[in-house]
Amino acid sequence: MEQKRIMLGNDAIARGAYEAGVKVSSAYPGTPSTEISEFLAKYDEVYTEWAPNEKVALEVAAGASIAGTRSMACMKHVGLNVASDPLYTLAYTGVNAGLVIVVADDPGIASSQNEQDTRMIARSAHLPVIEPSDSNEAKEFFKYAFEISEKYDTPVIFRTTTKLSHSQSVVTLGERVVPEDKVYERNVPKYVMMPASAIGRHKVVEARENLMAQEASDFPINKVEYLDKKVGFITSGVAYQYVKEAAPNASVLKLGIVNPLPKKLIEEFISSVDEVYIFEELEPVIEEQVRGWGYKVKGKDVFTKQGEYSANMLKRVLYGKDEMTFERNDAPARPPILCPGCPHRSVFSVLNKLKIHAAGDIGCYTLGAVAPLNVIDTTICMGSSISLLHGMEMAKGKEYIRNWVATIGDSTFLHTGINSLINMVYNKASGTVMILDNRTTGMTGHQEHAATGKTLKGEDTYAINLAELCRSVGVKRVIEVDAFDVKGLEEIIKESVMGDELTVIIAKAPCALLKGQKFPNKCVVNSEKCKKCGMCLKIGCPAITKASDGTVKIDETMCNGCGLCTNYCKFGAIEKVER
Amino acid sequence: MNIMVVGVGGQGTLLTSRIIGKTALNAGWDVKLSEVHGMAQRGGSVVTFVRYDKKVFEPVVEEGCVDVLISFERLEALRYAHFLKPDGVMIVNDTRIDPMTVVIGAKEYPEGIIERLQGEHKVYTIDGGAIAKELGNSKVLNSVVLGLAAKHIGFSEDEWLEVLKNTVPPKTIEINTKAFKAGYEK
Repeated sequence: MEQKRIMLGNDAIARGAYEAGVKVSSAYPGTPSTEISEFLAKYDEVYTEWAPNEKVALEVAAGASIAGTRSMACMKHVGLNVASDPLYTLAYTGVNAGLVIVVADDPGIASSQNEQDTRMIARSAHLPVIEPSDSNEAKEFFKYAFEISEKYDTPVIFRTTTKLSHSQSVVTLGERVVPEDKVYERNVPKYVMMPASAIGRHKVVEARENLMAQEASDFPINKVEYLDKKVGFITSGVAYQYVKEAAPNASVLKLGIVNPLPKKLIEEFISSVDEVYIFEELEPVIEEQVRGWGYKVKGKDVFTKQGEYSANMLKRVLYGKDEMTFERNDAPARPPILCPGCPHRSVFSVLNKLKIHAAGDIGCYTLGAVAPLNVIDTTICMGSSISLLHGMEMAKGKEYIRNWVATIGDSTFLHTGINSLINMVYNKASGTVMILDNRTTGMTGHQEHAATGKTLKGEDTYAINLAELCRSVGVKRVIEVDAFDVKGLEEIIKESVMGDELTVIIAKAPCALLKGQKFPNKCVVNSEKCKKCGMCLKIGCPAITKASDGTVKIDETMCNGCGLCTNYCKFGAIEKVER
Repeated sequence: MNIMVVGVGGQGTLLTSRIIGKTALNAGWDVKLSEVHGMAQRGGSVVTFVRYDKKVFEPVVEEGCVDVLISFERLEALRYAHFLKPDGVMIVNDTRIDPMTVVIGAKEYPEGIIERLQGEHKVYTIDGGAIAKELGNSKVLNSVVLGLAAKHIGFSEDEWLEVLKNTVPPKTIEINTKAFKAGYEK
């Protein structure tokens, strides 16, 4: 009997990789792509790993492909920026065994720093892009991506979006089929990209893309549904589901390959329907090409380039505004916040007290930017905190950065922060860098990294010592401190920003959500001692709220007993008691 | 059937929607679920959807289309009430969690939310936390709330319990079953 299961899009991609006979996968965590690697790691037959960053991950996958086994790398959209150096040139070398790069875009910016469209990068790199519209397609198209990769000798980008990766739908499971490894043969003009080879390969890239554009019209992953021919939609990915929901009678061309475009198929469709809408989230990638071929279509003139699409949004355009507008109740916003017991809160509470600004980085600790902590002033991309601080010092001198530090997480530091620290050492900087070492990749849901001592598969491994690493690149002043030692932190930070020597402060305490991470006590308020001053509310702990009489109270189930609040009550009104 | 589960990050909305999804799948429906991962989970307002029908397209439920809205917190019920169909049902865990905007005094937590919602919708409330605490583990409040919601969604008690038992940690099967029944029988 065929086996049906309800699966997360990312689970289905991992299943597709397993069934396609993938042997090697490398990735760096990033929402919404993270769970692909975690699901894939459960299959013993597949080697899976966390790499320190996406560039490394893609190169590992490329090496495995050249060696002759099917391989893949996974990342979020901004991770592809980090991996774009190998990406553009791998388009030239092509592959030996199939190589697929999963890239998860985040329309709507659920958990990212921008809303870029991977199809734009794929177009400039001349790489094919395959896009599924639900979990079962994710699994089936993923297997097909390897066929395309091997048939056309090219890496393939497999594009998913947040809604696809993080929604579940029904999947029919298949068997794992492992193709025989490809034989490796030394081939300098193909794999050594020096000018003479690259000039030759650039011609190959162009010819390949032209050939694919011709043959893509016959790919079985495209689907034409002719219904009412008055209106037709050209769409792909999860946007297809919105079309089916909002306009169930319209004709639809659903593209499984979105680069290069299957021109013949699109032209046939356009000539078969009266009016054509191109319904694609983010950039007008399909639309601009179709317009370039001389067709009149509707697209970004009526649909937005921003955020996620929905059936209601489409209905509003098709059938008029009023019908689909619903009155919302006015409710105070509930933005994400640092968890109770989060060690980052402790560090930020000290920085806030000292009125120090932080160049921030990518991780949960970005939440140190918002009230009441208000410490982080900048967040750009992975690793940027350290280089930004350095740039400020080089622009304005040491005095200017006496009230600045860089804050970066342990995983982010190993991702690309280390390069920036080397730059500070080399160019004689004197700033203060704080590594917020919570022993995990927190925001993406607790992934291991090179300093945790565990691999993705859960095996023991060497744990890089961050302090030794910093010393080894030439930082003379490296100080390790307990992230909850508020007094110690305060002294060290003051000394460091006022001093003239490059300093790395490693504030250590495990993430509050890590298994087994629980303090023995809980905190309670002695309301007789509480003077209603509100100082404890300034640390922004969600377990502490104001009672109706103005005193504070601590939610027993939320409090994890870190005790940070006791440091900020001058009247001793918050006490640690046994659970 | 369109179901929406809302709450505060960390309250277990994800697990609840997965149990609903599996129960519907076992009963032979086409099912889609939409989840929230990443930064939004950190104590923020969290929304998940479950849809089942002969064939489901969109993985999310649109405004004005929800049959059963389950909210693990009062303010979140108010925030998403406009997603309900005119004849939709709302299940509210009657508890208050202040968002940071309220904690720091920038906004006030609205009073009389339940009364307001009852004026506009069919609303069933339950103090899942108190019932769970009485049972001996305040963390099983999800199962209490799910139990109450289950009666308004459909399927038999056994169909629900089969999935519940296969989803929660083995050590907690007994107490979760009790919690579910407490909600179901309310």
